[in-house]
Amino acid sequence: MKQHQKEIHAFNPESYVASTVKAMPPSGIRKFFDLVNEMEGAISLGVGEPDFVTPWHIREACIYSLESGMTSYTSNKGMPELRDRISEQMKREAGLEYDPVEEILITTGVSEAVDLAFRATLNPGDEVIVPEPCYVAYVPDIVLAGGVPVTVTTRLSDLFKVRPEEISRALTRRSKALILSYPNNPTGAIMSREDLEELADVVVENDLMVVSDEVYGKLTYSGRHVSFAQLEGMQDRTIVLNGLSKSHAMTGWRVGFALGNSALVSAMTKIHQYTMLCAPVMAQVAALEALQKGEDGMLAMKHEYDLRRRLFVSGLNRIGLDCFEPQGAFYAFPSVKETGLTSEAFAEQLLKKQKVAVVPGNVFGAGGEGFLRCSYATSREELIEALDRMETFLKGL
Amino acid sequence: MSEILEILSENARATPAEIATLLGLSEEDVAREIKDLEDSGVIKKYITLINWEKLEGSYVFAVIELKVSLQRKTGYDSVAERIARFSEVDSVRLISGDHDLQITVRGKSMKDVAFFVAEKIATLDGVQSTCTHFILKSYKEHGVILTDRPKPKRLVVTP
Repeated sequence: MKQHQKEIHAFNPESYVASTVKAMPPSGIRKFFDLVNEMEGAISLGVGEPDFVTPWHIREACIYSLESGMTSYTSNKGMPELRDRISEQMKREAGLEYDPVEEILITTGVSEAVDLAFRATLNPGDEVIVPEPCYVAYVPDIVLAGGVPVTVTTRLSDLFKVRPEEISRALTRRSKALILSYPNNPTGAIMSREDLEELADVVVENDLMVVSDEVYGKLTYSGRHVSFAQLEGMQDRTIVLNGLSKSHAMTGWRVGFALGNSALVSAMTKIHQYTMLCAPVMAQVAALEALQKGEDGMLAMKHEYDLRRRLFVSGLNRIGLDCFEPQGAFYAFPSVKETGLTSEAFAEQLLKKQKVAVVPGNVFGAGGEGFLRCSYATSREELIEALDRMETFLKGL
Repeated sequence: MSEILEILSENARATPAEIATLLGLSEEDVAREIKDLEDSGVIKKYITLINWEKLEGSYVFAVIELKVSLQRKTGYDSVAERIARFSEVDSVRLISGDHDLQITVRGKSMKDVAFFVAEKIATLDGVQSTCTHFILKSYKEHGVILTDRPKPKRLVVTP
């Protein structure tokens, strides 16, 4: 072997990881995932997705498209038929006009759309107000986009709705956007038109943009979901994010939509075309089928969630875990404060002693401490069994 | 209330208490409603869906289509009701299309069923012809897929 004269440093891969990524805390659910995964006979209420398989007609439409050879790229913004359909649906259901050519982008899941919305709009140091508890990706996505997340806490006493006073308190001259996500993961809270209208005033006064993640919108059990964009004058200020993952049991397909003013959607499309190019064509075909013919199947699943919601929430209150009535998504968010345990300690002991997995509320931000996120997107039999085990656990405390 | 029926049609063993929890109603209201549905004949019977194919040598089923001559005054009813009285007959339906009645028959063997049809059904006054289809395999019954594969697993914990 040839001898090099120069000293050769060993390559240290760790030192090549970007500091922003290094600074990012690992996901709080990882520990639970590993524990449950190795456990026999555990019941998991920790799953943030439907337990239904995507309805057959949707899967079948995708299979047919593959048989017909639909395997190419689509336009960057997504299949025109799909954008047309989304546009029609928004008109029909929310009374909102979105131009399918300029104002709608099909993304690889709502997750991509969240990332795009921030990257397309934030300059370094721009602040985004993030009401917590909330979905785990918003804060990291804002940081990766060079923005600064400013968290505010929603409270049980407000039924986990965002209060305008809280927003006002978090405002600085760098405040640029507010992220809303109702119906909410993890709390199951919703915000009515009146609730949203109170926020709209603060939004306008402070010239904020709103990113509204409405992926659970169809799963609203009392009344009808109201999009923030439906409020007077809010459509251009709002990037609405939606998808079929939760409503049509299509999480693994990875297809989402972003709707907004053409300037914002074009900016998002720029990033999308250089990173994703387009959402997977088979998922877009399936999404089109779901939007054209999936209404009944979606309503049947929603009805089943509603039955389970009543079963599970009344069960939690009966066994002594106070739980407010969630009106959307498929999560119950009971309080464990009376037990004197932290969310994390409660969840860990419950799993070890009774083999029921829940997600500690603090994973979703500081405001979630003292609560558990329990998904009722699991069979009624499992929910009843989980309640029994939780009751036994509580008696043993 | 049809929501109660929807639940019972999926699970005949659902108790009034369970149904009440699912629908956010009182147990008494649900029990009363079920009683009314039973009394008025909307609920006929609580039965169990059995996959007989899992049991060796259990039953043979056949679908039989009949052409029937219409009777003055009673139409198809008298023949149909006559056929319905046989305990071997599981269902009797008036249908549109090439035939008039479609019945399902349960027997111990193909021979049993064939002889029952030949002796008891084909010979009835008003029955012009029969066409027997033996059921070889059942894929779905009462909305339940009998040949279903196990459900794919989800990740155990996701955000």
